[in-house]
Order: sequence, then C-alpha cells, then structure tokens
Amino acid sequence: MSATTATTPIMPFANVRPGRIIAWTLLFIGGLLMITPIVFMFSTSLKPASEVYDLRIIPATPTLENYYAVMADGRFLRWFFNSTLVACAVTVSNLFFDSLVGYTLAKFRFRGRMFVFIAILSTLMIPTEMLVIPWYLMSAQFGWLDSYWGIMFPGMMTAFGSFLMKQFFEGVPDDFLEAARIDGLNEFAIWWKVAMPLVTPALSALAIFTFLGNWTAFFWPLIVTTSPELYTLPVGLSSFAVQEAIQWERIMTGAALATIPTLVVFLLLQRYIVRGVMLAGLKG
Amino acid sequence: MATLAPAASTHAPHRGMSMRARRLFWVWGFLALPIVFYSVIRFYPTFQSFWLSLTDWNLMNPAKFIGVANYQKLWADPEFWKVFKNTFAYLIFGMPISLLLSFVIAYYLDRVRFLHGFIRALYFLPYLTTAAAMAWVWRWFYQPPPIGFINEVLTTVGLPQQPFLRSTSQALPSIMVTAIWAGLGFQIIIFMAGLRAIPTTYYEAARIDGLGEWAILRRITLPLLKPTTVFLVVFSSIGFLRIFDQVYNMTSNDPGGPLGSTKPLVLMIYQTAFSSYAMGYAAAQTVVLFIILLCISLLQLWLLREKT
Repeated sequence: MSATTATTPIMPFANVRPGRIIAWTLLFIGGLLMITPIVFMFSTSLKPASEVYDLRIIPATPTLENYYAVMADGRFLRWFFNSTLVACAVTVSNLFFDSLVGYTLAKFRFRGRMFVFIAILSTLMIPTEMLVIPWYLMSAQFGWLDSYWGIMFPGMMTAFGSFLMKQFFEGVPDDFLEAARIDGLNEFAIWWKVAMPLVTPALSALAIFTFLGNWTAFFWPLIVTTSPELYTLPVGLSSFAVQEAIQWERIMTGAALATIPTLVVFLLLQRYIVRGVMLAGLKG
Repeated sequence: MATLAPAASTHAPHRGMSMRARRLFWVWGFLALPIVFYSVIRFYPTFQSFWLSLTDWNLMNPAKFIGVANYQKLWADPEFWKVFKNTFAYLIFGMPISLLLSFVIAYYLDRVRFLHGFIRALYFLPYLTTAAAMAWVWRWFYQPPPIGFINEVLTTVGLPQQPFLRSTSQALPSIMVTAIWAGLGFQIIIFMAGLRAIPTTYYEAARIDGLGEWAILRRITLPLLKPTTVFLVVFSSIGFLRIFDQVYNMTSNDPGGPLGSTKPLVLMIYQTAFSSYAMGYAAAQTVVLFIILLCISLLQLWLLREKT
C-alpha cells in the first residue's frame, strides 16, 4: 500500500499537511481562549484576597477559604436548592406534557388537530418579555409572587418541546401502537409504555434544554422574587455580587458555585448533550 | 406476541361508546390541561399586553383607556430611540460576527481528528455557563488595572489601557463580546451538525470533477447549509435583540450605563415596568419588541420558502 492511499485512521499522521497543523494549532489556541474566563473564575475563587491581582493561573497558596466564607451563612445553599427544585420540577413537567401534546398531535387524526397545532406553534412567536407584565399581574392576584410556583408556572409547558416531541413521535410506527391496542392497553398506557420508550433520545435532549434553560434563567425569577430566600442561583448571585462590590475573589467564588453543577453534568454526559443540542437544533 | 392475545382480547372493545368516540375522549383528555395552559399563560397574557399598552395602568390606579398615547410618547421619547439604536447595535455587529466566527470554527473543527472531542468541548463549555455569573467574570476582566485582567495583559504587552465598561463608546462592544462568547458554542455545534448532514458523495463527486477547496465551499457546502444558516441567523438575531442578563449584571451600579449607552430594549422594559411601575407604557414597549421579533421570524419563513 502506498503512502498516498493510507488516509485511514490507522495512520493518522500520514496525510498531515502544514495547513492542517496551522489550522489545528489556531483552533486549539482559540479553544483555550474560550475557556479563559472559566479558568480564571475558578483560579481566583481559590486565591486568598492578597493574591487576587496576581494573574497566575495556579494560585500560589490555594485555599478554600472563599468557599467557606461564601457558603457560611447558608444563602448560597438555599439558592442552590431553589434553582435545583425549580429546574427539576419544570423539566419533569415539560417532559410529561410536551411529549403528551406532541404524541397526540402526531399520532391521532381528529377535527381541530391542525388548529391546536398551529395555535401552540404560534406561541413561539411571542417573546417572554411581552408576557411578564400580565404574568406579574396574575401572580399578584393569585398570591404567586415570591413563591416557587410563581417562578415555575410560565415554563411548565413549551411550544418548542411539544414541537420537538411531535417530530420524533411521527417516526414511531403505527403498527406498534395498534399491536398494543389489540393487546387491550388503554391510550394512556400505550403512550406511556409503548411510545415513550421509543423516543428517549428526544426526551433526553428536551430534558437537557429545559433544565439548562431554567437553571440559567434570570429575567422572570428576577421579577417574581423579592425575598432572598426565594431567589434562584443567578438572581441570588447577582444581588450577592452587588453587595460584595469589589471583593472579586468572593464574587468569582459565587460565580463558580453557579457554574459547577452544569459543568459537572456536562463532563458526565458530554456525548449526550452535544448530540441532544444537534438533534434539537436540526429538528426544532 | 400472538401467544399473549387470548387473555387480552377479552377486553370489551365497545362499552356504550364507539371506538372513534373513545379515541376522541382520550385525545381531548390528553389535550385538556395543555389547552388551559396555553390559553391562560400564553394567549390571554398576549392580548392583555396589547390591551395594557393602550392604557395608563401604573399598579396604583385602575387601568384607563388612553388610545395610542403610549405609542406617541414612545415615538417622542429620546431615550427610546437611544435604546432602539443600542438594541440594533447589538444585533448588527453581534449577529454577523458570531455567525462568521462560529462557521469558520465549525468548518475547521469538523475536519480535526486529533483531540476532536476535547477541542469541541473547549468551545462548547461556555454555552453551559450561567449568563448572569459569567457576566461578573467578564466585568472583572474589564476592570481598570491592577484589577482587570485584560488591562493587565495590555500593559504587559505595552499597549495603552482601555476604559472598557466605563466608557460610553466601549461599554456596548465590551458587553457584546461577552454575549458573543456565551452563544458561540451553541452555534458551532449546530453548524457542525449541518455540515455532517451534507452527504459525502457530493464532496467526492466535486473532487472527481476537479473542484478546489474554495469552490467546494462556495458551490456545495454553503448552499446546502442554507437552512442551518438561516436558522442560526434568526436564532442569534432574536438572542441579541433580547439581550438583558449580561447588560443588567455588567452595569448593575447604573443599569444600562454609562449614560444609557449600553441599554437595550428589554432593560428599558424592565425599568419602566418594575422600577417606575408605568405598566401601560412598558406594555407598549413590549409590543414594539414583539413586532420587531415577528418581522425577523417572518423573514426566516420567507427566506426558507423561496429557494427550498
């Protein structure tokens, strides 16, 4: 076999050209630049106050002192808990209802189907910002201001999720569902036990998007919460950072605490997440 | 499968209701809660916003119909035009820069084999961070020396220091960089998915025809990537038009400052509604935002319909 045809992965360096090396190096440097803010955030959170202006990446005397100080009064733990609770509850609700709606629209033929579909799809055009004033008014009337439910209720279902799930349920063969019907399963059981297990990649993509979106959400939680006990992590961090003013090592510690969970999840599920984003981006 | 049938098939297929009616019963049962949700949490508030934009409601007094007075006020408000200009500055610079960067990175990253997953992770990581948290990191980067990282680097290299967030001309681009950084990973992944979806036979055929790299890019890759590109143009445009988290957190001592030079429309809405409690006026601003976003979405539909 001659060298020119050896482009298989067995000999990865056989066809390396200078252009490729330059492109690779630039991409690598670019990638390092991308994570610079994240790296410095963590590095500074591990530095004592006296070292903050030292731009070394590895702290001379690494310390967890900032983490103890920031966590001492329990505020961060509380915000952490709030964010987790809100993001999980909203994600579960979306997984359930969005796929139920998507399934119904994909697998049943009935009068009004197109109307319901277009009505739900049209809500994609309505920006959250346009709804927050009526939501605020509604929350004030029903006593939802400053409550978990107040933070969660606007996101319990999304048109994006319903649309995504509909796309995937359309790929489920009708024969499977018919077979289950003949076996005497009711429609709910058919959806839950037969159809749902067939769309797990879409469900995981939806779960990732919904969780991430709610974990990082800022605008509505900022509006609906007023007491610090109910802040979510981003809102709490924002108020905390304003109070800390110039204690950057403390602010970086807070920012790191808000970032760690998503990074951990990413490192564990990287393949799933990237695939999920690709899946949702292409279908959605 | 067949062996299961005898036991299960005894289930009564019709008990007063026909198959069809039962199916319908399930359908509307499934859709009942979602219909209530979308009506009460999406449609009703939308109409209410339109209605409120025609009133002088301010939380204290009951809403009174005042016609299009809010829109007239908005039209005559110099702050609104400044905010309008800022919002489009984020869009007009942020969207093309982020798209070009993400395409170039995705195009080359797609061919990288050595450490592919690792490099991709480096670019994707910022997408998973919380905008409000990273805004503070960037804010720290932009501080004057000796605190700010970027100014320290500039000094070390022998370049003049920059005011960044303290300057009326540099603050908006500084915040825009943060927003571009935050969104880049997502766009790269979507572009890569689009590139992967192009059948390799097209490339092989083009190579057999003797087309060069550049010609392949221009005649095959870019045209076939059009749906992805249009999606990202719209997605990223909407993102920049709705920018809020970064601006709010990077200018929290004077939101939208210095001198309103970074204030986008959503921040103006937030302040009008939840600092001044001029709900009617804020509703009018949200309607304006809605119309802008609607135009962008319609543009997408039109672009995709025309040639595909």
